[in-house]
Amino acid sequence: MSERIDTEVAIIGGGLGGCSAALHLSRRGVPVALLDKGAVGAGASGVNFGGVRRNGRHLEELPLAERSLVDYWRKLESWIGSDCEYAETGHLKFGRDEKDAAELEAYAEQALAHGLKLEILSRNALEERCPWVGEDGHVASWSPTDGQANPRLVGPAIARAARAEGVEIREQSEVTAIVQDGHGFELETENGILVRAKALINAAGAWGAKIAAMFGEEVILETVTPQMVVTEPMPYVIEPVTGVCGGSFYLRQIPRGNIIIGNGGGGVAELDASRAYVVPERTLETLRDVVRLIPRVADAHVIRVWTGLEGATPDHTPVLGPSRTTPGLFHSFGYSGHGFQLGPAAGAVLAELVRDGKSKSEIGAFGIERFAKPEEGSGGTARRAPNRRS
Amino acid sequence: MTAHRILIVGAGPAGTRAAETLVAHGLRPVVVDEGQESGGQIYRREPPAFSRKGRDLYGFEALKAARMHRVFDALKERIDYRPATLVWNLSRGDAWLAGPRGPERLSYDAILLASGAMDRVIPFAGWTLPGVYTLGGAQVALKYQACLVGKRTLFMGTGPLLYLVAYQYARHGGEVRGVLDTARLGQGIAALPKLASGGRTLLKGLYYHARLHSRGVPMRSGILPLAAEGGAALEGFRYRDAKGRERRIACDALAFGFGLRSETQLADLLGCDFRFDPLNRQWLPEIDADGRASVERVYLAGDGAGATGADAAELRGELAALALVKDHGGEVDERHMARLRRGLSRLTRFREGLEAAFPFPRHLAGGISDETILCRCEAVRAGELRAAARELGADEINRVKAFTRLGMGRCQGRVCGAAAVEVLAHCLGREVSTLGRLRGQAPVKPLSIAQATAPEEAGGSEKAA
Amino acid sequence: MTNEQFQRIGETARPKVTIVVDGEGITAYEGDTLLTALLTSGRAVRSSEFGDGPRAGFCLMGACQDCWVALEGGGRVRACTTFVSEGLSVLRAGPAR
Repeated sequence: MSERIDTEVAIIGGGLGGCSAALHLSRRGVPVALLDKGAVGAGASGVNFGGVRRNGRHLEELPLAERSLVDYWRKLESWIGSDCEYAETGHLKFGRDEKDAAELEAYAEQALAHGLKLEILSRNALEERCPWVGEDGHVASWSPTDGQANPRLVGPAIARAARAEGVEIREQSEVTAIVQDGHGFELETENGILVRAKALINAAGAWGAKIAAMFGEEVILETVTPQMVVTEPMPYVIEPVTGVCGGSFYLRQIPRGNIIIGNGGGGVAELDASRAYVVPERTLETLRDVVRLIPRVADAHVIRVWTGLEGATPDHTPVLGPSRTTPGLFHSFGYSGHGFQLGPAAGAVLAELVRDGKSKSEIGAFGIERFAKPEEGSGGTARRAPNRRS
Repeated sequence: MTAHRILIVGAGPAGTRAAETLVAHGLRPVVVDEGQESGGQIYRREPPAFSRKGRDLYGFEALKAARMHRVFDALKERIDYRPATLVWNLSRGDAWLAGPRGPERLSYDAILLASGAMDRVIPFAGWTLPGVYTLGGAQVALKYQACLVGKRTLFMGTGPLLYLVAYQYARHGGEVRGVLDTARLGQGIAALPKLASGGRTLLKGLYYHARLHSRGVPMRSGILPLAAEGGAALEGFRYRDAKGRERRIACDALAFGFGLRSETQLADLLGCDFRFDPLNRQWLPEIDADGRASVERVYLAGDGAGATGADAAELRGELAALALVKDHGGEVDERHMARLRRGLSRLTRFREGLEAAFPFPRHLAGGISDETILCRCEAVRAGELRAAARELGADEINRVKAFTRLGMGRCQGRVCGAAAVEVLAHCLGREVSTLGRLRGQAPVKPLSIAQATAPEEAGGSEKAA
Repeated sequence: MTNEQFQRIGETARPKVTIVVDGEGITAYEGDTLLTALLTSGRAVRSSEFGDGPRAGFCLMGACQDCWVALEGGGRVRACTTFVSEGLSVLRAGPAR
């Protein structure tokens, strides 16, 4: 044993949710230890697209997304001491035909009921506002209060703030065993750290289902590997974050000029080895799609591609809430490729659950019990159509 | 084993010898090379419209160059040759190409990487000014384009290339403003026992030195680079001499370099194991004595797997190709392989002597001012790296990359990576070997979206595999 | 101060080729790279996108990626590995919006 930590709350996973929970708890005076098998903020929350959007989300996620935007994204500087290049550039979701237009209009109507105002832009309006849109851009829904941030900065910045509050963060410390007794949880890591805690937060991302399974809670978590592309710097003209009906790609440009493009997945995942590989054919297919909608992208060179490992639930909605089987255990994983925006508020929710036993956010739709097999008890079954990632 | 599809990447001395060896064993390898013609950097050929003699281009190496070109040209009908083509991504079993034939995926059974090296550099103030080039670049201008990189050229750095290129410039009528070596004379003398194994190469080095001296070219050792200066382009170079006095030399071109850095990105994409090589102060793919990598059916040869020079590259190319043939069930002459290994170990010893005589001046890392650009592509300054290390807790080079964008640009850190990790090591008081290595990512060089998304050539060779 | 970075040492019997740089024709020779053509008629090939000044290539062997030059019709080429051809038109200031 190289080290022993006695604490109130142990957190597995230093992504956005885990780090945010650590920060929220420590600011309420709760001792926390956070363990990550790699570096904090370097997993899915560090290599994702960086979209901070509500447009197109599951309606159930909108209240949490609103909380994330208003309480954290807009206040990053005062919350964690850095703006992490957050910019409220708006989000445009394109449709290519009348069917897409109907889908966008229907969503806009439903979203309005949840407080999200969207504007539908016709082809003419699009041509006027976004002269860079190609012929494939038939219609779009415009969300002026969405935006983007640099994902490589956010997780580490939250972790630094948490560390400054006294959170014990241990990196390169994979949890290999968890024992639960009447007093709490005892965690062992591969590098010889023993953590004792009264409560445990499972924020293990793509590995979240493995942790849940240790407590008899089965969630079928598909490992997805969104494929990312970044181009050389180009003249800065594409200000909003963009997406498209059907979700075949999403794209944003940063003021430095680089264009960042992602797709829904299709890489090769090796979960046990923590490795993922880009499949070039998928990347090229995505780029062809992009060029049809935004022709000027063809002028750019790709300078890097990458991917990462993310967990997707059957209904593409996260697991966020208390364990069904184990008091003191809380889950936060399975964000299915669109957790970046939600991360800061998810941490706040977790801190409330641990401390107060309930959250002021509406999280009923995210309970792990919905995946319980019928004979295991009360939960429902997966019920939503797959969502597209941010 | 003739049915096997073997892919060779690179057509310099290692790639050429490897191709020759495979053909001699009845194989028809695919040879993909970024150059318009074979030869690599060392034996790079001038474009067809030029008319100079080999002796003008390659000096003492003219015969070797001619031989390498002849060997390759004779192979052209017996290999599948793809000039001017980039391998932009590799997986175990597939290569993605971009070249005149358009985008293409090529399957292979075994791959031999002979990807070469480029100058190893360490930044100083003003090194992005027009007029500042690598030593290798200055040589390419001369060899490939019949140009000098400036009217009045100053040479700085360390290693044999420093004296060779300065000599070539002087011989072609260039005004050589001086040769400034960061190594001290004593380091050369201490390395003599090992250098002696280099025989002819050592003599050539002494010859260049003597010729430069007799032309009255100022030569200084033990210098410390300070700054390249100029408004819109280079006007002069400031340095500190061995006695600590500050000096300035007016010049409109500066060619510099500190030995070579292996191009290892492709081996990285294949997931080969790397080890920190204290001699090269670089992470290099692990290979056995014959060039087998840690990943099956992957072979490495030439300067791309540790810089050992052109003569060694020929031996390594042949040896790795023989290892490949043997591993795929072919007949090889074991005694010949043993001879090649012996020749290689002699050259490796010489190389160790060179590194001792002309060490990478890592002591310069600490003195790089905060305002100096480290990463040319993204214009990331040394101060940003240091702030990331001290204030943001970046204690590993990929973490620095994530926080600052250093090494994230078009070259992916192949230019600044070696120096950046030295700056980080100095800043944190840690050993370079504990700070990780910049991971290679596809595409290894920029890939045109217009070209990559063009429809694939009909009858693409994938089906033929 | 010289106005040209590169100095030719002969080999000027090659056929001439005219390329267009910022709208003006310059003379180069068949077999010249774009980098050579630009630097035998000036001292820079582009401006850094990040405001730190002009650039004129660095390694000349397609490794450092410092000499990507904007084409007049969109796109970029790496000057040190691109041969000149009649009518090739480039913009030293970078791509137009």
